[in-house]
Amino acid sequence: MIAKGAEADLVLREWNGLKTLHKIRKPKGYRHPELDSRLRRSRTKAEADIIHRAKLSGVPTPLLYHVDPDDAVIVMEYVDGVNVRDAVDRLTDEERRILFIRIGGYAGMLHGAGIIHGDLTTSNILKQGDKLVFIDFGLAEVSTEVEKRGVDLNLMNRMLTSTHYRYQEQLLAAFVEGYRETLGGEAEEALTRMGEVAKRGRYIEKN
Amino acid sequence: MIALGVESTADNLGIGVVTSGKEVLANILDVHVPEEGGIHPREAARHHSDEMGNTVRRALDTAEVSVDEIDIIAFAQGPGLGPCLRTGATSARALAAYLGKPLVGVNHCVAHVEVGRMATGAEDPLTLYVSGGNTIVSGYESGRYRIFGETLDIAVGNCLDSFAREVGLEYPGGPDIERKAAAGEKLITLPYTVKGMDLSYSGLLTAITVELHSGRHTVEDLCYSIQETAYAMLGEVTERALAHTGKPELLLTGGVAANKRLAGIVRDIAEEHGAEPHIVPIRLAADNGAMIAWTGLIAYQAGHVTPLDASHVNPSWRMDQVEIPWRD
Repeated sequence: MIAKGAEADLVLREWNGLKTLHKIRKPKGYRHPELDSRLRRSRTKAEADIIHRAKLSGVPTPLLYHVDPDDAVIVMEYVDGVNVRDAVDRLTDEERRILFIRIGGYAGMLHGAGIIHGDLTTSNILKQGDKLVFIDFGLAEVSTEVEKRGVDLNLMNRMLTSTHYRYQEQLLAAFVEGYRETLGGEAEEALTRMGEVAKRGRYIEKN
Repeated sequence: MIALGVESTADNLGIGVVTSGKEVLANILDVHVPEEGGIHPREAARHHSDEMGNTVRRALDTAEVSVDEIDIIAFAQGPGLGPCLRTGATSARALAAYLGKPLVGVNHCVAHVEVGRMATGAEDPLTLYVSGGNTIVSGYESGRYRIFGETLDIAVGNCLDSFAREVGLEYPGGPDIERKAAAGEKLITLPYTVKGMDLSYSGLLTAITVELHSGRHTVEDLCYSIQETAYAMLGEVTERALAHTGKPELLLTGGVAANKRLAGIVRDIAEEHGAEPHIVPIRLAADNGAMIAWTGLIAYQAGHVTPLDASHVNPSWRMDQVEIPWRD
């Protein structure tokens, strides 16, 4: 076991001679069994599908080896890296800026390919040397709606505000720069919506 | 040191008297019950204004302290319903000015967390705060209570209350829904809306209302289904925030904390993640004056006082805007 997430357990396992990661959505005892199996099954299928689509759009994601919706298991490539959430504090200002331009760029590519990540946080991006790998598409969906893009971006910004509040402005600016670069003309509308979604949170100052 | 706290953010008028030794000497509640429909802010405010004198008197009598023994007057400055907040603030200002005591404005959501910590002994919990007006997952980080997840529209308690009213159950809706749900068997498929660590309950309310009027389901099944769906969503965001923050404790508070199904979910999640669960007893979990008194007291001890000209209420005061100098 390498991680026990809220959504699934991640287990490192040798599988047909490969070093693989098994993402297992275990039943949640606190959830009604029907609701639980419905959520686990649909999320497993959707995640596998979207990991593949993301890869086609040019965003690095783990390789998929096997998908089993009935047991809610995905067998994929093990990416040996650190998550960006933990890496951020160890970088220089310039390194952080470049990192977030790239992250924003990949986010723009995902959105451009009609993919909404659904849990776009710094915990879900791995840094493997210079390579970035996007993981955990468990809440992802296929959509090009501006609203969903805005919600996706808002989650990243919320993460910057709550966890990386020390560099929030700097990181957001870099992220937006990269996002605009790859998504092009559609970026503005999504970024504007991000601001609107943030204000929709309760009691946010509206000016 | 003894603090008197005034809570009047919504339908509960609460006056609490609390000592710096964590003794709740009095915690008097006078609840405004609307004749029909939900809370009408102006009518609730009138109720608070009518009952304020009596309630303060009852609190002092119960605490067996005289007004001279009170060291500070604390009041809920926000967030909440404007007219209700203003009634409490006016009374608190009058008391403080008349008695010559310091006035301390308190954030209502922060007070829920602080009294929860006081009551349960939790030190650094992730808090799930659920009520008729709020649905917030928060945790302390560098000087503030950071919000990790919250509702994007209505509060979970509001969703349950509105549904209960539609069905003709008692207000607040939680307890009656829980009783009916116990006899439910069939899970109706309803919208399950989790966006990262945020939630949305307006779609669930619309869908359950449509199902209700379709006449295809029993009230028991409807109650069972809304409860299972609404609380599973809370469970998911709470679990995600717990995994994300790695907090050692999980605190459940707010009026909806009285629900046994939800408390069970919180315990399960805490156990799963090696955190210690703390369920705040209902007298201190629902809106009350003691939580305001206690939080005012620790804020005052950390050097915070609210001058009269800064004592205006703020109906949309987010808990993450408040500096928390008494921690760390």
